[in-house]
Amino acid sequence: MSAGLIGRKIGMTSVFSAEGKNIPCTVIEAGPCVVTQVRTSEKDGYNAIQLAFDDKKEKQTGRPMIGHFKKANTTPKRKVVEFRDWDNTHQLGDVITVDIFNDDRWVDVSGITKGKGFQGVVKRHGFGGVGGQTHGQHNRLRAPGSMGASSFPSRVFPGKRLPGRTGNDKVTITNLRVLKVIPESNLLLIKGSIPGAKGSYLIIEK
Amino acid sequence: MDLIKVAENSFAVEAKECPDFRSGDTITVHYKIIEGSKERIQNYRGVVIQRKGSGATESFTVRKVSGGIGVERIFPLNSPFIDEIEVNKRGKVRRARIYYLRDLTGKKARIKEKKRKTEV
Repeated sequence: MSAGLIGRKIGMTSVFSAEGKNIPCTVIEAGPCVVTQVRTSEKDGYNAIQLAFDDKKEKQTGRPMIGHFKKANTTPKRKVVEFRDWDNTHQLGDVITVDIFNDDRWVDVSGITKGKGFQGVVKRHGFGGVGGQTHGQHNRLRAPGSMGASSFPSRVFPGKRLPGRTGNDKVTITNLRVLKVIPESNLLLIKGSIPGAKGSYLIIEK
Repeated sequence: MDLIKVAENSFAVEAKECPDFRSGDTITVHYKIIEGSKERIQNYRGVVIQRKGSGATESFTVRKVSGGIGVERIFPLNSPFIDEIEVNKRGKVRRARIYYLRDLTGKKARIKEKKRKTEV
C-alpha cells in the first residue's frame, strides 16, 4: 500500500518542542492533488491512482494533456504522478488534501537532489583523499589513487567509482517524523532535511 | 517565505516581552537550567556581538571574559529557556557585528556608552 501526495519544498526553519528542544524542520506545501486517472488490474494490469498537482495555464499545455485533465474535470497541472496499490477507492476528479497525513507520525519523502555538476571522488563517493598535505603530495590531495591491478586483468572493473556528474538524482528519505499538519494552508512540517532545492517537487508517501 | 511564517506561527507560544537591544549593548541573560527535576536560573552577562537571522530562528551572541578567557555563547532569541533579558548598558558601536572585540583585551576592549535622551 502506498498512499501519498505530491508536494513542493518551501524551505527550512526551526521550532521549539514542548521540552524546549530546538528542532530542525522542513516546510512542505503538500497538495491539494486531483485524481486524474484510476488504473485497475482488470483494465491496466495493476491498481494505481494518478494524482496531479500545481495549476498551470491552458495555453502552456499540449492538446492531449488538456483532454486528459478535462476528463477529470479539472484545470491543467504541472506535475502528474502515479501511486500504486492505494487502498482507498477514489473516483476520477476527487481532490486529496494533506488531511490524509493527520494520523501518521512517519512518512517517506522523495525528491530530486540539487545538481552538483562534474565532481571528483572525494565529494562524489566520499573517498578520504590523501591524509596529509606534505610528503610530496603536490597536486594529488584529492586524487582517486590506484584503480586496480596491472597486467592482470589489464582493465578497470565495471562499477569502479570514478569522478563524474553528481547530484540531480532521485533520492528517497524514509521514516521522517511528521511534526505538524496545517490543513488551512496545505502545509506539512517534517523533522529534518529533505532532498532538493526550494520550490522543487516532492513525493510524500505514508 | 510567507508559508514559512505560517509554519513558524503555528508553533509560536505567546510572545515573550523582549527588550530592544543590539550589538554593543551589555545584557544579562537569565537562563533556565534543568538539573534532573530541579530548575534554577543562571545569569550570563556580557556584550552582544551580533544578532542573526529573523523570525523564529533569530539568535544572538553574547561575549564575556571569564577569568581571562573569552567566552561566547549563542542564544536563540525565542528559546523557552530564556527567562528574562536585562539590558545593563547601551554601547556606542559603528557596526552590526563587532567581531573586532575578540582581538582586543584590557582597556582597549571597552565600549563607549551611548548617551540617551531618556533613561532606559
